[in-house]
Amino acid sequence: MNDQRLIQRDATMSETKISARGVNVYYGDTHAIKDVDVDIRDRMVTAFIGPSGCGKSTFLRCINRMNDTIESCRVEGKITIDDEDIYDRKVDPVQLRAKVGMVFQKPNPFPKSIYDNVAYGPRIHGLARNKAELDEIVESALKRAAIWKEVKDRLSAPGTGLSGGQQQRLCIARAVATAPEVLLMDEPCSALDPIATAQVEELIDELRQNFSVVIVTHSMQQAARVSQRTAFFHLGHLVEFGETGEIFTNPKDKRTESYITGRIG
Amino acid sequence: MTDATAEGPRPARAHHGSLLVKDARTKARNAAETRFRLYGAIAVGIAVVALVGLLSSILYNGASAFRQTFITLNVYLDPDVLDKNGNRNVEEISKVSTFGYAPLIEAAFETAFENPEIGIEGVTASDAEDLISKEAAAQLRRYVLANPGEIGQTVEFEFLANGRIDGYYKGRVTMQSAERDSNVSPEQLQLADQLKAAGLLSTHFNWDFLTLADASENRPEAAGLGVAIIGSLYMMLVVLVLSLPIGVATSIYLEEFAPKNWFTDIIEVNIANLAAVPSIVFGILGLAIFINFAGLPQSAPIVGGLVLTLMTLPTIIIATRASLKAVPPSIRDAALGVGASKMQSVFHHVLPLAMPGILTGTIIGLAQALGETAPLLLIGMVAFVRDFPAAPPEGLFDPAAALPVQVYNWTQRADPAFTERASGAIIVLLVFLLFMNAVAILLRRRFERRW
Ligand SMILES: Nc1ncnc2c1ncn2[C@@H]1O[C@H](COP(=O)(O)OP(=O)(O)OP(=O)(O)O)[C@@H](O)[C@H]1O
Ligand SMILES: [Mg+2]
Repeated sequence: MNDQRLIQRDATMSETKISARGVNVYYGDTHAIKDVDVDIRDRMVTAFIGPSGCGKSTFLRCINRMNDTIESCRVEGKITIDDEDIYDRKVDPVQLRAKVGMVFQKPNPFPKSIYDNVAYGPRIHGLARNKAELDEIVESALKRAAIWKEVKDRLSAPGTGLSGGQQQRLCIARAVATAPEVLLMDEPCSALDPIATAQVEELIDELRQNFSVVIVTHSMQQAARVSQRTAFFHLGHLVEFGETGEIFTNPKDKRTESYITGRIG
Repeated sequence: MTDATAEGPRPARAHHGSLLVKDARTKARNAAETRFRLYGAIAVGIAVVALVGLLSSILYNGASAFRQTFITLNVYLDPDVLDKNGNRNVEEISKVSTFGYAPLIEAAFETAFENPEIGIEGVTASDAEDLISKEAAAQLRRYVLANPGEIGQTVEFEFLANGRIDGYYKGRVTMQSAERDSNVSPEQLQLADQLKAAGLLSTHFNWDFLTLADASENRPEAAGLGVAIIGSLYMMLVVLVLSLPIGVATSIYLEEFAPKNWFTDIIEVNIANLAAVPSIVFGILGLAIFINFAGLPQSAPIVGGLVLTLMTLPTIIIATRASLKAVPPSIRDAALGVGASKMQSVFHHVLPLAMPGILTGTIIGLAQALGETAPLLLIGMVAFVRDFPAAPPEGLFDPAAALPVQVYNWTQRADPAFTERASGAIIVLLVFLLFMNAVAILLRRRFERRW
């Protein structure tokens, strides 16, 4: 990074990493995302909240083009990362996904060893020049995902043999290991106990130093704890988006207010 | 709550009786379950009985094909007959045909009759020669051509006994049946008994059944499965080499990469239909395309293999697609999510998980192909083939037989000795199938251990 950019960041606190304009998503005839504009800043945690089925996951999956894999899904509008249109013809979604990591709603470790789970990304992207470097990447990723202590003695055991919460942290380690710039997390804590949740939240807070993190959550407390900015989705619309403190203490839209006070959802 | 009445009527509280007493519904359900289990057990029982019946009948009829009666004789390799010029020149010796060797065997019986224990009135040495397979002269000639230096010596030979004599020791031929049989007389059987008593006749395991080529109608004792086994192995080789890569590649493409449109739908429907096409149709296709159009030789394993490949492909494709479908989509998402390409996600994650299913499907397909008869009849694999095909790849174009066709062939022949051999051939076929299934299970274990 050059000095000029650093100064610029100081001025605005944080620059825009991801910007969406007029995004519409259709599953066949279902209109799942309706005309969403959003700016996600770098080095910040942005939370997506909203009732079930409102399109949080769908929008999240637009950011790394995972929706491309769904036959019926059609995305319209413009999403840029670092001012580059990710839906441009020239963009290879595979390269995009190395830059934008993802943790899924349901833990989905590969049916391979714990080590191979984490090492897979770095291997295919050529991030390590030798075994020692790879070992180091794996270890630090597992440590960052707060699971190192539990698995360090059985790295060659199958990842699918872990408990649900451990599996999810393994998936987080796997996503972190590829050194993405943006990390998308779809309800990463839905399978975790309070202690693991606290660890993951701590991790998210730490990840903020280097990445921009987008997290979908059903827990208001979690959104309030980990995020700096919050977006509230309702029936495919982005209803309200702003500083997390603002949204929770002083919501401008009635729907946001009723949702966070527990009246819709 | 106590003030329920104030809030209006509430649904009556359900009353469950004692848990120690089964109510009527539970009893009915339990009875239904018991009945269902009984039906299942009966079905399995019927299947087991049928299987055991089938297997034991085949074993009963066929096991004896692996044992054969042999007669040991000391043959004097008479130089006056075999090598008149006395120069041991193989070319000149080879001018003596198998007919020239018959007197040597006759002479060997004359010698055997010098033993006072052997000899039946009215059975001459020439009659005794009929105890031995017509194959014996050829065996003798082969030996002499291979060892010309032993001409002039007396060598001990173990000859195949004639099919009737063999049948006598397997219970197929009796003294009574021999009386009505123009091919064997009761006296000859008595002579055989004497030979046996003298230790010159014995029945033991017969490797020749597995290694010799087919033999003509009147020498069942010399008929073997060698050519058929090699032909079947060659065909399986062709089928495996062609259908596994083509089938798996097709399935991966259709399942993972192909766009879903009317065209791929048509392909899909057609593959499913092909799996149901009667195999004889593939035979006609093979005859028309590979033999008449492409000009490949008849009754060659390559043509058989190609036809069986066409037949096996749908099976492999369907099995492979099913096992690819069974891989959870979350694994694909996970791979794509860390930035793997579509191909990496398929080859690194999906394919290994689908491997047990693919292998099982392939081996089932191969096993089906191994037992297939009808299409092979059409492409001329019924031919009577005495010569072993060469080593592959050239050998794939030489005429050969196939195991199931050999079974069919032998059941068509008049001599009851061939019935026994047909059952024996079925046993060999079953052993091959068992072996393939065992390999399938083993491979599956291996791949599953890697989760
Ligand atoms: N693969 C799909 N095919 C068709 N429709 C889909 C698909 N995935 C999601 N949808 C629809 O799109 C809408 C948004 O779904 P989405 O999964 O984004 O909701 P969500 O906000 O993540 O909900 P939750 O909090 O329950 O995870 C829903 O109405 C859903 O039915
Ligand atoms: Mg969701």
